[in-house]
Amino acid sequence: MSAGTTAAAGPGKGRTGPLAWLAIPALVFFLAFAVLPLLGVLLLSFTTWDGIGAISMAGLANWFGIFTDPLMYNALWLTLIIMVVSWLVQTPISLLLGTFTAGNQKYRALLAVLYFLPLLLSSAAIAIAYKALLDPNFGLAEGLGLPVLAQDWLGRPELALFVVIFVIAWQFVPFHTLIYQGGVRQIPKSLYEAAEIDGAGRVKQFFFITLPQLKYTIITSSTLMVVGSLTYFDLVFVLTGGGPGNSTRILALDMYLKGFKANLMGPASAVAVILVAIGLALALLLQRIGGKDNSGSQLEGL
Amino acid sequence: MEPISPSRRSFLSLAVAAPLAAWGLSACGTAGPGGAGATGGASMWSLTGQPNEGIRKNTVDVFNKANADKQIKLTFFQNDAYKTKIKTAIGAGQAPTIIYGWGGGTLKSYAQAGQVEDLTAWFAANPDVKAKLFPSAFGAATVDGKIYAIPTQTVAPIIFYYNKELFAKAKVQPPKTWSDLMSLVTTFNAMGIAPLSLGGQSRWTSMMWLEFMFDRVGGPTVFNDIFAGKPNAWSNPAALEALTKIQELVSANGFIKGFSSITADSNADQALLYTGKAAMMLHGAWTYGGMKNDGGGFVQAGKLGWVDFPTVEGGKGDPKNTVGNPANYQSISAKATDAEKETAKKFFKEGLFTPAEIDAYIQNGGVPIVSGIEGKLAATADKDFLTYVYTQSKDAPNFQQSWDQALSPTAAEALLNSIDQLFVKSITPEQFAATMNATLGK
Repeated sequence: MSAGTTAAAGPGKGRTGPLAWLAIPALVFFLAFAVLPLLGVLLLSFTTWDGIGAISMAGLANWFGIFTDPLMYNALWLTLIIMVVSWLVQTPISLLLGTFTAGNQKYRALLAVLYFLPLLLSSAAIAIAYKALLDPNFGLAEGLGLPVLAQDWLGRPELALFVVIFVIAWQFVPFHTLIYQGGVRQIPKSLYEAAEIDGAGRVKQFFFITLPQLKYTIITSSTLMVVGSLTYFDLVFVLTGGGPGNSTRILALDMYLKGFKANLMGPASAVAVILVAIGLALALLLQRIGGKDNSGSQLEGL
Repeated sequence: MEPISPSRRSFLSLAVAAPLAAWGLSACGTAGPGGAGATGGASMWSLTGQPNEGIRKNTVDVFNKANADKQIKLTFFQNDAYKTKIKTAIGAGQAPTIIYGWGGGTLKSYAQAGQVEDLTAWFAANPDVKAKLFPSAFGAATVDGKIYAIPTQTVAPIIFYYNKELFAKAKVQPPKTWSDLMSLVTTFNAMGIAPLSLGGQSRWTSMMWLEFMFDRVGGPTVFNDIFAGKPNAWSNPAALEALTKIQELVSANGFIKGFSSITADSNADQALLYTGKAAMMLHGAWTYGGMKNDGGGFVQAGKLGWVDFPTVEGGKGDPKNTVGNPANYQSISAKATDAEKETAKKFFKEGLFTPAEIDAYIQNGGVPIVSGIEGKLAATADKDFLTYVYTQSKDAPNFQQSWDQALSPTAAEALLNSIDQLFVKSITPEQFAATMNATLGK
């Protein structure tokens, strides 16, 4: 999102000139594959189109329709829940795992590799695997002989949403762990040495050195999580298809089902515009929270 | 050397112009995926999955050998991917000459957009082509009295299957009425066996129950009114009674635990029946072949039974009425050249339902939609099942096309969504009817 603005609004004139040219390939791709389609979607949200016949103008009808559609509010609410709960679940786990795997011990390196594995799988493959494991009749419970596991995991509305959040966390925690691992490794050793001399224990070191030093890492990781949660489409689509009874029909899925299953491209485009607006607003907000003292360094005096 | 320093204006104008140029180039491209060249050949899209894929390929190969100047280029797609792809291709004017489909509401949307060729005159000029096929198959190919597609392949009514072994163990008979079914639910639940298998996450699987129940309670007029878009047609008392009965069946644990998370694509619902975890299943005729393949001798040992869908006490529907897919369909793109259309029509007349193709369908456990094949069906190993499917399809007083195919895509998606909610009891029959009434005529 920021490639266009930083390149076009480079501060110096003479010296950055040739450098600005270097941004052209990226900028061209960005305009052709992000900005143009986005404008197209914005236009489509004011039209009636079934994807086959002629496109006709509909004025604001789609927008009025969307804002009176209980499905849209349901989807918005579910997206919000997934966003908040995912953040609450993933951040502490990734932070602790990241700090843990940043150590230099051999066994930690081995565990880091194992933790990393889920990241190598595609979302669709993960969804299919979990679907098979959670099947109440032929799944894990049957295979291991543990009837406790034979719950209707994806078939009960109140359970399905949390299973989805769990599977998402399983997929993305490795990625955020990796980010935190890198962050922790960048913290200068001297800070910990000084703290040890002052008598700070492990827990205190974590809360007073590691955590504050990871401020920007936390912001980066949170931005990716929160904005990314708007796009959890593939996994949910394969895992539940939005069901049972719309209990996992998040905004991205609502958009797809409206547009490509119900042939209502207008309302689907309106939902898409809402998604983009929320995504941009969230990204901006998170940048603001952490970005006030962008020029300031956390390593002052070292 | 002076460094070349671009002015901001030239930089920005280039940045804006480049994607436009790229977009223009791609939009002007002529060789689309559906194009077949100017040789008089045609293109055809069809679905992957045996046995139909192999049969279609053989038929086209034979046709291509006999018609050197009228070649058909055949491309296969996976079922769900195809449904999205064909829509996009037609919308972009890149459709293949011969479009594969399911008739009904989707075909109607193509016809209304002027995207498919009207074949009425062609059928009138070639009466023998029409006379050979099941008359019931033409209903879903007809929009406003005009025929826009030729029925192909096999008929697929929905069948009420049961596991004979479990029924013998429980010392019970297959259900004839709805109350029989409800008492079987109690019997099998007491034995620790799920009464009914259902792949509820696929949603159209649950829809088959409603299709039968609407018919058995209120007769064919209930859905015909809905199809015609009569106001409040979903609030018909018969419709509400059928919806209520289905929710009673759900509440009585009639369907297997976890049915909402079982999909039909994985064939787990069939596996539940042949592994003896469930006693009965309502499913398409096409699952017979699947269960024969995967069931480890279940079908061959005669353990699979089938009966007509139970009647409902006081209901109006004829027990011989059935539901399902009367056929598959092939249409001709209105955007194709005259030469391409000519090739397609020649293929419809000479390529489809050759004796070899009919035999191939029958050998693979299907019933092609061709009249007068009783003798051939009786000569196969699956004669009991195939003859049942044939007579049921041919003699049904009313063969209701699957609702999600018959209705427009917009109404169908709303329907499937409401069915999903009905089966997990998150909405009442009245709420179901109210939601669906809003889609009438859309």
